[in-house]
Amino acid sequence: MLAVAIRAGQQGMGSSMNQTLSRWLQAPSIVLLFIWMIVPAGMTVYFSFINYRLLSPEQGGFAGWSNYEFFYTDRDFWPAIFNTLLMVGLVLVITIVLGLALAVLLDRRFRGRNIARLLLISPFFIMPTVNALIWKTMMMNPIYGILSVVWRFFGAEPIDWLSQFPLLSIVIIISWQWTPFAFLIFMTALQSQDHEQKEAATLDGAGFWAQLWHLTLPHLARPIAVVVLIQSIFHLSIFAEIFVTTGGGPGNQSTNLAFLIYRQAFFGFDVGVAAAGGIIAIILANIVAYLLIRVIGKNLTV
Amino acid sequence: MIITDKQKQTLTHNLAVATAWIVALLFFFPIFWMILTSFKTEQQAISIPPLLVFEPTLDNYRVVHERSDIAGYAWNSIITSFGGTVLALLISIPAAYAMAFRPGRYTKGILLWMLSTKMMPAVGVLMPIYLLCKRFDLLDTTGVLIVIFAMMNLPIIMMMLFNFFREIPKEILEASRMDGASTLVEITRIVMPLAWGGIASTALLSVVLMWNEAFWSINLTANNAGTLVSLVASFSNPQGLFWAKVSAVSTLACAPIVVFGWMTQKQLVQGLTFGAVK
Repeated sequence: MLAVAIRAGQQGMGSSMNQTLSRWLQAPSIVLLFIWMIVPAGMTVYFSFINYRLLSPEQGGFAGWSNYEFFYTDRDFWPAIFNTLLMVGLVLVITIVLGLALAVLLDRRFRGRNIARLLLISPFFIMPTVNALIWKTMMMNPIYGILSVVWRFFGAEPIDWLSQFPLLSIVIIISWQWTPFAFLIFMTALQSQDHEQKEAATLDGAGFWAQLWHLTLPHLARPIAVVVLIQSIFHLSIFAEIFVTTGGGPGNQSTNLAFLIYRQAFFGFDVGVAAAGGIIAIILANIVAYLLIRVIGKNLTV
Repeated sequence: MIITDKQKQTLTHNLAVATAWIVALLFFFPIFWMILTSFKTEQQAISIPPLLVFEPTLDNYRVVHERSDIAGYAWNSIITSFGGTVLALLISIPAAYAMAFRPGRYTKGILLWMLSTKMMPAVGVLMPIYLLCKRFDLLDTTGVLIVIFAMMNLPIIMMMLFNFFREIPKEILEASRMDGASTLVEITRIVMPLAWGGIASTALLSVVLMWNEAFWSINLTANNAGTLVSLVASFSNPQGLFWAKVSAVSTLACAPIVVFGWMTQKQLVQGLTFGAVK
């Protein structure tokens, strides 16, 4: 009883606001967000169980699981799932390893450090379509692209990146944009590291790798987990980069789940099937989201 | 020759700094090259070997300005990103304020639920949103983008504002209440001036995120409400090579927001990790 009374007292202390006013202030955001979440999601669920083709609207009615069946028996379905997971996995490995290396590298005093940092994080602010277009044309073009010039300089045969290695090309493009993100997070986290502890370790004769393994990496465990989860959520539905560069091809080599759904919707004109795909994408994202919310929830003080 | 520990340390330091610079320059190179190409003629843009030194021209910017409605697209980008930000702030400031200063039993749960809505993949709700827009004649309007951008980013904005409001010492509020200040006075005279910096940086990050949002811009707009993102996307199937002009458009589309981005570095980390990394 006492504990409850004390808590109630504490709550009232900070502000003259009463409970009713507080609720009214919160209501618009909660209600709007709830509508934003439930209406489209509810409609997607509904569409996924009916026959709904934009080109033949007279064909309605309950479809059962047939939309789902149609979607996952599409010969591009498993490749798309595989591509989605491979893209996320590769981008994660590249961005986290590079981001970590860069954060450790720049975690020292030197002249122009701030400028080096600005240069490094810039790619993150380039809009996805520009990012994709720069790489598609000026970097990866097999004849005029910078990469082909470099290849020829070393006497190698230039690569037609987007048609020979479409998936890898997209991974490179996205890693270029997101390594700065990982770097920025890790660098911020490193700034809160105990430097005295590191100096003590140096005096005790601990080398660079020992310090990295026993001090820095444990300190970065949480930021790494957060980066993994946030990037997974963004990269599970990569769209613009594929849209601009390969269009999912050649064949289905760079089609991911998001792009497959988009294709069903705007080329197949099949709302039901696209909705079924959407539900699958939502389920996939929610598995990751559940983990992320747990990590964040632990750190959230109210 | 014996290398002392001190010398070894200096050597490692210099090596690390050199590597850092090389990598930083490599990462920036595509952007640098885009800007450089925007000042070349189309011929120079595809010359082999690539030109580093040339006589710069402003022709591309002029042509782009004359032949495409770039000003219209830029205006749409401005309207949607700033409009979306203002709308999101109007909804979230009161809520974040109430949650920070009058937290209840469910506050934490509500905040986490809000974050979870951010996890909904856009492609999962593409069909309903598209069809609703079509049904109500909202396709290709800036209004619908403003609403979508605001709702998409509401959770991030809420979370950032909540963190900023929480950092305001409660004692100040108590003191003002003792002096008989009403809630309105409390908000306008005490909290707002203190939270102003936090609100401004939240707004800045929100503008950056909305400016670069691609999925809905590409799928819901055409000539009328198209943003710079979708204008650039429309160059993805070029008939022939117009690298210099594409570069000019891209440079114009990215320059302001990259500078904004530089200014939001710190908030970006807090905002995008939902306060999990500070």
